[in-house]
Amino acid sequence: MARKAKAARKGAVGKSVARKGAAPRAKAAPKPANGHDTLRAVEQLLYRQAECLDGKRWQDFIELFTDDGTYWMPAAPEQTTGDGVPSIFWEDRDLMTVRLKRLTHPRAWSQRTAWGTNHVIGNVTIEKEDARSGDLVVRSRFHMMEFRNDSTRHFAGSYVHHLKKTRGGHRIKLQRVDMVNAQGPYEYVLQAWV
Amino acid sequence: MAVDVGLDVARAVEPDRVHRSVYSDPGIFELEMERIFNKVWTYVGHESQVPKVGDYWTVQIGRQPMVMVRHADRSVRVLYNRCPHRGAMLYGDRCGNVGKGIICSYHSWQFDTDGSCKAIPLDKGYQGTRLTPGDDNTNVKNAARVESYRGFVFASLSADGPSLADWLGPAKVAFDDMCDRAPEGEVEVVPTCFRVIQQSNWKIFLENQLDALHPAVTHESTGRAAGEVEEEISRKGGHAPLSYHFLSAFATPITKWDAFQTLGYPNGHCILTGYMGLRPRDPDTLAYEKVMQKAYGKQRMEEILGVNIHHVLLYPGLSVQSPLQQLRAVRPLGVDKTLTEIWHFRLKGAPEAIYRRALGYYNLVNSPSTMVNADDLWNFWKCHKGLESEGGDWVSFHRNAGQDHETNEVTTSVIGTSEQPMRNQFKAWTQYMNGAR
Repeated sequence: MARKAKAARKGAVGKSVARKGAAPRAKAAPKPANGHDTLRAVEQLLYRQAECLDGKRWQDFIELFTDDGTYWMPAAPEQTTGDGVPSIFWEDRDLMTVRLKRLTHPRAWSQRTAWGTNHVIGNVTIEKEDARSGDLVVRSRFHMMEFRNDSTRHFAGSYVHHLKKTRGGHRIKLQRVDMVNAQGPYEYVLQAWV
Repeated sequence: MAVDVGLDVARAVEPDRVHRSVYSDPGIFELEMERIFNKVWTYVGHESQVPKVGDYWTVQIGRQPMVMVRHADRSVRVLYNRCPHRGAMLYGDRCGNVGKGIICSYHSWQFDTDGSCKAIPLDKGYQGTRLTPGDDNTNVKNAARVESYRGFVFASLSADGPSLADWLGPAKVAFDDMCDRAPEGEVEVVPTCFRVIQQSNWKIFLENQLDALHPAVTHESTGRAAGEVEEEISRKGGHAPLSYHFLSAFATPITKWDAFQTLGYPNGHCILTGYMGLRPRDPDTLAYEKVMQKAYGKQRMEEILGVNIHHVLLYPGLSVQSPLQQLRAVRPLGVDKTLTEIWHFRLKGAPEAIYRRALGYYNLVNSPSTMVNADDLWNFWKCHKGLESEGGDWVSFHRNAGQDHETNEVTTSVIGTSEQPMRNQFKAWTQYMNGAR
């Protein structure tokens, strides 16, 4: 048992718990990429990001991104990049900072009304892990309820986070946000990231 | 004592003020649908939305669900989206291709793309009845008139009235300015349509489009935010993309907006002259000017790029931002609910960088994450609620009233922040509501 656990640790991002009943692997094989600890760490990152949004901690939200990170909400599900095509959001950290400064400006008039959001994130799956760099592609689903101006709106969709491994843990190189209603009419607009 | 004008539109509009019921009375809204939207030319779509025979887009004109479709002879037809049999809409989706023909999903009546009935299943069932297959009442009804100008398709539900060119008048500059900026002289649609619903009467949006007094107030937050980041980028030795300037220009101090000008044309159309300085001397612009000069020659290029427009408003249903190749079509859904359909176009033959520059504006200003319209829509909603209230009867358009210069039916404002565009819109509104074509 001890030997098995030690083998499993080799090459792993962190400490891992071997799955019971998993098919036996060749001794030299690297540890499976989506070890529980990686998954848990990633989930925690997604939850932290949701807390930044729901807590309106905009600067903390921006800092989850790498310096060249991008927040992207495509205009249509078939889009493969936001570069050169219409997007609902296609923001680097500078544009995110514009949005932050607007949201917190004392005369951003539509911010006067009480509003808040509640994000719930689930179905978190590690789609890809680069064994060498530790970079990850993570897919998840979100449901967000927004209260604004005495009424509620619901948004749902999927996230794909392209995460870069850094000394301080994973940071977001690209976050893709596919709204289920991306192509529908929006009652009012989206002022903050989803 | 509150003034109640009822449905008496003659009493509702005065040269310098308008009764609140014009915005909030559902009865007046119904009259507008009948007397304005069922008569005027309504923007339906761009020809490049339906490139292949059988391609269609559904669209609303006033209260009517319509479908724009490319016919076999390459003409663009605009049909009522209604099966003549039992009245089902022929298409419930937004766009597609009719394939072998228009087929009603209810009882399989079949039509050509000009609306003519091709087949009725089991048609012997109609023998001895008042319906004869082949009669005109088995065809899908066409919009009374369809015309296009430089690829922009308009339809009118009224058989008589001015031609599209006459109706547009000098405001056709909206499409000339947009298309002339293309080295090939035409534009094609970028196949994304952003749709945003405003919780307010349709007129509030149109009035805001040429209201040069509001940006420095409403959009100060976004203008300053973009300006600060723009400065920070240059402080670090970088160059902020022009899209930052699009935003920071909104923070132009309120006193400077008077330097711009508005022009009022017949039929309520109007123009706000430009303020964004869209002809910088960066390498992208210079490369574009090279292509333009080759296509048009230097003199004509200077004429084209010298056109200085921010918005052209084609009353009552379209706001065109020609130098950025964008437009917003206005579809009133109810007295207090308005849909805007927002499109972007590509200048044929222009370098990619010019498209991308305008795309920045489309994403930041015109998408559902807009940092600009967020505060406009908030104002519109507050206006609408205020105009439902009995706290006052009138909406004021007194700013520089009585000072407008009119020559050859063109009204010129004395200053940029004059409420001349609103007065001009209500002049047309009154004419339509009094039964003018």
